[in-house]
Amino acid sequence: MSVARFWRETPRRYNLGGSKCTTCGTVYFPPRSVCPECTSHRQSIEKMVPFQLSGDGEVISYTIVHDAAEGFEMQVPYVVALVQTVEGPILTGQVVNVEPDGVRIGLKVRATFRKLREEGKAGVIHYGYKFAPAEESGGRRPAGRTGTVPATEAPARDRAPA
Amino acid sequence: MEAGIVSYGAYVPRYRITPEEIGRVWGTDGEGMGQGLNVHRKSVPAPDEDTITISTEALRTALVRGAIDPQQIGALYVGSESHPYAVKPTATVVAQAVGATPNLTAADFEFACKAGTAAIQTCLGLVGAGMIRYGVAIGTDTSQGAPGDALEYSASAGGAAFVVGRERVICRVLRTLSYTTDTPDFWRREGQKYPSHGGRFTGEPAYFRHVSECARRTMEAAGTSPKDYRHVVFHQPNGKFPQRVGKQLGFSDEQMRYGLVTPYIGNTYSGAALIGLANVLDHAGPGERILVVGYGSGAGSDAFDLETTDELGRFDGSYGRPVQEYLDQGVEISYAVYAKFRGKIHMGEA
Repeated sequence: MSVARFWRETPRRYNLGGSKCTTCGTVYFPPRSVCPECTSHRQSIEKMVPFQLSGDGEVISYTIVHDAAEGFEMQVPYVVALVQTVEGPILTGQVVNVEPDGVRIGLKVRATFRKLREEGKAGVIHYGYKFAPAEESGGRRPAGRTGTVPATEAPARDRAPA
Repeated sequence: MEAGIVSYGAYVPRYRITPEEIGRVWGTDGEGMGQGLNVHRKSVPAPDEDTITISTEALRTALVRGAIDPQQIGALYVGSESHPYAVKPTATVVAQAVGATPNLTAADFEFACKAGTAAIQTCLGLVGAGMIRYGVAIGTDTSQGAPGDALEYSASAGGAAFVVGRERVICRVLRTLSYTTDTPDFWRREGQKYPSHGGRFTGEPAYFRHVSECARRTMEAAGTSPKDYRHVVFHQPNGKFPQRVGKQLGFSDEQMRYGLVTPYIGNTYSGAALIGLANVLDHAGPGERILVVGYGSGAGSDAFDLETTDELGRFDGSYGRPVQEYLDQGVEISYAVYAKFRGKIHMGEA
């Protein structure tokens, strides 16, 4: 992946930056500029705002990878899961800090910051979100605090849907 | 109000290896080595963890605990001797990953194992001068010893982040003092994968001289003696050196109890004294005096005369894991898995 392409995606990969429709309240990740949920898509034009996911969610399905993708050879066998986030979007991500037989549907997870891959020994290093069991991450998250978001954008579930 | 610590967080990777397991591979008495160093286990980072990811995890925990708006961070410094890039700051990635960009200054610090404490001093200056609202100082390492070298029994991974500010200070900084000389006890030349050291030379003229001089001068300036402190934290390249310097200075085992973490996770270099301080703050109540003395080879010591405030009683430290869990838990791995995780196996040309 080119340096520029990855760089453009850092808000998503680093901070789970999505978007939210202020008309119907639906949250999107990756971000959308128009809301397909609103009966007339025009209602949502210019009403989509940046929205940061908290990173909390639960596993709704998963697979154990034995034949590694390039760059993941050192981590075999590893788990890739579909995570239902508390804000709504379903994300695909690796689940770390757990043995494959410790993963189950319904497992509470939290986003963690990890190295995704390296462009060889001399190239750039890509970072982004993976997931880890919430119990391995410790403590319950106080409402509205993500540790990543400017308070002005923090939101979230506390806001009543419009 | 003066600058002090307003929040903190620590992170230690999940995997552990024992000195016995390392000794088994190299045909040495690993158990004896572990006892001699007072290191029972050391932490090992996963293949997808490095100084940037560990620093980010520690800082996210600190920001959530302190309910701190990342956009109010005016300076972010990461102290380490294992920055993933030789050129490209660790601090920029960490700042972006916590949402602190773009209105801040950021830089990487290097001073062997005391780069993190040097970063705290810098933040105290900036916050104290009113130039910034919050300063972040992080000490993290994913250090390696050459295979079979004595260092391999202790060099581990972990880090801690401290947020310095003037509002809702949980730990006041009464004084900070440093002691610095040119002492070549430990070094790594550009392009070298593993560090070199002066063997026994790392002891008396290096660690012991700097730590004890710095501690003595700090107490002299403050008009205090060891009995005035509830807790003491020393840099801890192994579990033995801090115990010995503590005894020489007149501190008891009880005073060192929470600040000594290396026996359970190994030497986290720039993270060592700071994870020790995080563990002390996890256990401390308001009004407790703490002496912290960091050490970095090359060489220098930074001391901090600290006192917890009533605000610590209101501090919500429930988010993230307490240091004690990192000391007690972990998944033990074999030397083969450790070698794979740490990139010690030659995989041929990619």
